[in-house]
Amino acid sequence: MRAEHPAALVIRGGTDVMVELNFDRSRPDAILDLGEVGELGGWSREDGVLRLGAGLTYAAAETGELAAALPALAEASRTVGSPQIRNRGTIGGNLGTASPAGDALPPLLVEEADVELASVRGVRRLPVREFLVGPKRSALAEDELIVAVVVRPSGAPQTFMKVGPRNAMVISVCSLAVAVDRERGEVRASFGSAGPVTGFVRVSLDAARGLPGVVMEASSPIDDVRGTAAYRRHALGVLARRAVERCLAA
Amino acid sequence: MRRRGHPMPPPGFSLARNLSHVGEETVPEVQEVTVTTTTLERGRVGESTPRSDAIPKVKGEFVFSNDLEAPGMLWGHTLRSPHVHAEIRSIDISAALSAQGVHAVLVSGDVPGGETYGLEFSDQPVLASDRVRYFGEPVAIVGAESAEDARRAAELIRVDYAPLEPVLDPERATEQESLHHDRPTAGHGYVDDARPNVVRSIVIRHGHPDTEGDVSVSGVYEVASQDQAFLGTESGLAVPDGEGGVDIYVATQWLHVDRDQIAPCLALRPEQVRVHLAGVGGAFGGREDLSIQIHAALLALHTGRPVKMAYGREESFTGHVHRHPAKIWAEHRATRTGRLVSVRVRILLDGGAYASSSAAVLANACCFAAGPYRVDNVLIEGTCVYTNNPPCGAMRGFGAVQGCFAYEAQMDRLATALDIDPIELRLLNALEPGDTLPTGQRIAGSLPVAEVIRRCAELAPPEPEELPRDPIRLPGGTGNTTRGEGVRRGTGFAVGIKNICFSEGFDDYTSARVRLFERMPGVLAAEVQCAATEVGQGVTDVIAQVARMELETDDVVVTVPTTARVGSAGSTSASRMTWMAAGAVRLACRDALKERVRTGGDVDVERVYRHPPTSPLDPETGQVLGERSHVAFACAAMKVVAEVDVDLGLTRLVWIGIAQDVGRALNPLAIHGQIEGGTTQGIGLALMEEIQTKGGLITNASFTDYLIPTTLDVPPIDAVLVEDPEPDAPYGIKGVGEPPTVVSTAAIVSALRDATGRELARVPVRPDDIIGL
Amino acid sequence: MRIDVRVNGEQLAADIWPGESLLFTLRERLGLSGSKNACEQGECGSCSVLFDGRLVCSCLVLAAQADGHDVVTVEGLGEGDALHPVQQSFVDAGAVQCGFCTPGFVVATADLLARNPSPSEDEIREALSGNLCRCTGYQKIVEAVKMAAERA
Repeated sequence: MRAEHPAALVIRGGTDVMVELNFDRSRPDAILDLGEVGELGGWSREDGVLRLGAGLTYAAAETGELAAALPALAEASRTVGSPQIRNRGTIGGNLGTASPAGDALPPLLVEEADVELASVRGVRRLPVREFLVGPKRSALAEDELIVAVVVRPSGAPQTFMKVGPRNAMVISVCSLAVAVDRERGEVRASFGSAGPVTGFVRVSLDAARGLPGVVMEASSPIDDVRGTAAYRRHALGVLARRAVERCLAA
Repeated sequence: MRRRGHPMPPPGFSLARNLSHVGEETVPEVQEVTVTTTTLERGRVGESTPRSDAIPKVKGEFVFSNDLEAPGMLWGHTLRSPHVHAEIRSIDISAALSAQGVHAVLVSGDVPGGETYGLEFSDQPVLASDRVRYFGEPVAIVGAESAEDARRAAELIRVDYAPLEPVLDPERATEQESLHHDRPTAGHGYVDDARPNVVRSIVIRHGHPDTEGDVSVSGVYEVASQDQAFLGTESGLAVPDGEGGVDIYVATQWLHVDRDQIAPCLALRPEQVRVHLAGVGGAFGGREDLSIQIHAALLALHTGRPVKMAYGREESFTGHVHRHPAKIWAEHRATRTGRLVSVRVRILLDGGAYASSSAAVLANACCFAAGPYRVDNVLIEGTCVYTNNPPCGAMRGFGAVQGCFAYEAQMDRLATALDIDPIELRLLNALEPGDTLPTGQRIAGSLPVAEVIRRCAELAPPEPEELPRDPIRLPGGTGNTTRGEGVRRGTGFAVGIKNICFSEGFDDYTSARVRLFERMPGVLAAEVQCAATEVGQGVTDVIAQVARMELETDDVVVTVPTTARVGSAGSTSASRMTWMAAGAVRLACRDALKERVRTGGDVDVERVYRHPPTSPLDPETGQVLGERSHVAFACAAMKVVAEVDVDLGLTRLVWIGIAQDVGRALNPLAIHGQIEGGTTQGIGLALMEEIQTKGGLITNASFTDYLIPTTLDVPPIDAVLVEDPEPDAPYGIKGVGEPPTVVSTAAIVSALRDATGRELARVPVRPDDIIGL
Repeated sequence: MRIDVRVNGEQLAADIWPGESLLFTLRERLGLSGSKNACEQGECGSCSVLFDGRLVCSCLVLAAQADGHDVVTVEGLGEGDALHPVQQSFVDAGAVQCGFCTPGFVVATADLLARNPSPSEDEIREALSGNLCRCTGYQKIVEAVKMAAERA
């Protein structure tokens, strides 16, 4: 159906898309509702690899076994919107919107997840890093739909932190996920709202204490209604320092 | 199961309505509804009675102005200027007129009567004709079958704008081209300031302001523009009566002043325009100015159909006045022992494109610029200017908020410079009855400043919490940004003062009408009419409570506020409505009882209640020309404990304690609700709320980016009610809505300064300010 | 297009425009104006309803997505004229001022207590952090929730 209606607006949880519709910013000729597509919901594990349906909600990712396997994603899920939003908003939607402020993205990037895309032409996977191309632009082809995120949890101590101007319901001023992976001898970090796409850096374990500088250097934040570039850069440095400490201590 | 919404929900009930739809006629008959409060217990002063309208509200049955509906109704929509300042060369409505579902497209030429209106000065066009002066100024209105049709048609209206140089910097406004060449605010007994773009200038000079002290502290303070952000957006229904007149059901703060602005614009007599209160979803000053009233009425009269209008959130932000952003320069001089010697303040308010209530806001800011403190030598110079920024007007606190932020920061500076405890310093200088204000007014009534300071100082904050804690108990909340690293605790203290009721010689009054009869033999029943607007604060229950007490009967019906049945009650603002409504209802009840004894039968009595009169200020010296320019005062003292992550600049409020001067507590439960709500608005201004503009365009007109406090941003609030009866007020009561908002921003920033050591001279405080970026 | 939705236990049909939200349908087509529109973008919670038993902002649900599903609004919480215990506690605790946010809070609270009958104050505040109130400062709302939990 996607192939037949490439211009159709795709909707599942609706937490991004409905805002566009309600405010008349978008008047599509057709809407493709994925709400009833059961296979997109939930998650599963096979041979140690997790498959998160594109329709997996933040609420589902916040707790339980999945939270234990992907703790940074769980922490990020807790910060998204409100309880109402978390019951509807999806990981697939976060990827589809591809905003640099997307909260699910840094945790998926530090776990080096792949996104699975399907069309009448077949199914393909690519790393989330390659999927996110620009601000609100992804590598999704016109006839494709996001069906799942596939990830082998690293088991590394990890955390997610988000700065906002009040204590609930905020779009991040900046955010950071960090995984300290002793097994692979490296630290992976991914930051949001500080560049055109969610950023990603990797340093060796012995350079862990230098992560703040690396993150700050890699970021390219701007001034906007939510915060200044100078603050964002500074805050990322603080977050990185704390995140490394937190993960090393875990 | 189709439910119709109905105009004007009376206090508290399930709807017993009949909305008759007469055959083919498109004009519906909307009937008035009267309801009984027989489920209520008789209330007395001091009893916390639950609200009578709470039940319909929790059931979702209470009808807000947004919920109104009438058969055959059309929807109206406003086309607004995308420019901050521009000439209008032409408007072409032809494409809009032929769009789907459209019944009318109106522009300024279609306004039959006066082209302008305004609360104090008639400087604001109903619809812009030759010029627009702010982003969002109304230019045209469309009436159509659906809201969607109306919106789409509005997009087809072609307006040819020629942008003009905007006046954006209030500090330069008086050097630029005048935005109102006809000087609408001149000659009102104000000092004659002929510079361009002056709404009003005030000078208050008392004693010898040049007197030196042992120490002097100075500061420059800035307060950003805040939005009232009431949840129920602007909305209402205008219904033509088929005889050239119109009934308007709207959420507003003052029915009669609305009517008196609406009627001349429609070229109608006052009796032909009946304004009825519809359910109000909060106000906080943002509903004092007209919103949809004239627009909906124009469309209704033009089409002969009822017209509903309802703003979305973005339009609401753009479509109403905001709190005046302020810049305040202050110098405080004191003796070595801490006694204030001289206070010199300069205040600049940005009034935006139209005057609204700016003149009065400035007066308030100036009168209270030295705070609730005794000082013999004062020079206060205030100016409010016109700019092309978003128009400003009333918001809870009304000028006293901005002033308090500055003077309390100054008092803390003094305390540090003198090495005196900040609370001791305030006690030493606290105003008391018998003292004189900077305007020369002697305080004759109640003003227990020292008492509220002491009672607040006694309130004990909780002990610091141990680590580890769940992230929501740390700065940054669920953002998980700290586990205790960088967190410092600070305590702040502030005191504020506000006038109660209107000032400067305004002839303020409230009418109430009481009808006594026997619904059952031997049982007195009463119907009370009062136009006091219920905006959520509970005044309807005050009216019922007073009537039950005075008449000694439970059978009291409080009817729908409307201009059709009773005289003006004045505005729900200035913390005046409880006092004035209580006074009017008490007077009308007592006279009705006397009348009933005299005639032996049913009576219907209307009375007008006035507070003691006030006088204007001398334009040259700011000194009061009679005995008083303010009716009465209320004060509040607040202590705040905050934790600040000094590396990220994030704040968590831990606890707030407040002692407020309430006169007498008519309904303690309701008063606590006002204190908690008023404090929360001050939290917003201190930490997160600001109307952001770029070149005069509002850039954050949504709840995504205009942030108000959530459940996780407000700490427990311990409030102590200090009862020192106001001699001039009925039952000794004072208004309680504004003092908590006046003092809270100052108290919170005081705590942040204690935690961080930063100056923090601007609100809202941004993380950048705390870090020092 | 036509949708069939079960609302407050009753099977209803509505003729909708494909792009409209469930909130619009409830208010403008089904006569259920209890759910409120204060922002239309999921930032205030005043449109909160239960969708298949889950708390959501109805302004962010496409009405068409509700076809064949179950919705509970504030109007569906009580039994006839009797108030739901949560509604009663909001009345008793003085948690209602202008009341515009109240339906959303009542629905969110009913949802919270159904899942967590004895929430701590922190749990209450976090569960209600998607509902804005401009009048009350939340204190009496939190007290109302505690009251409802204690009474149950």
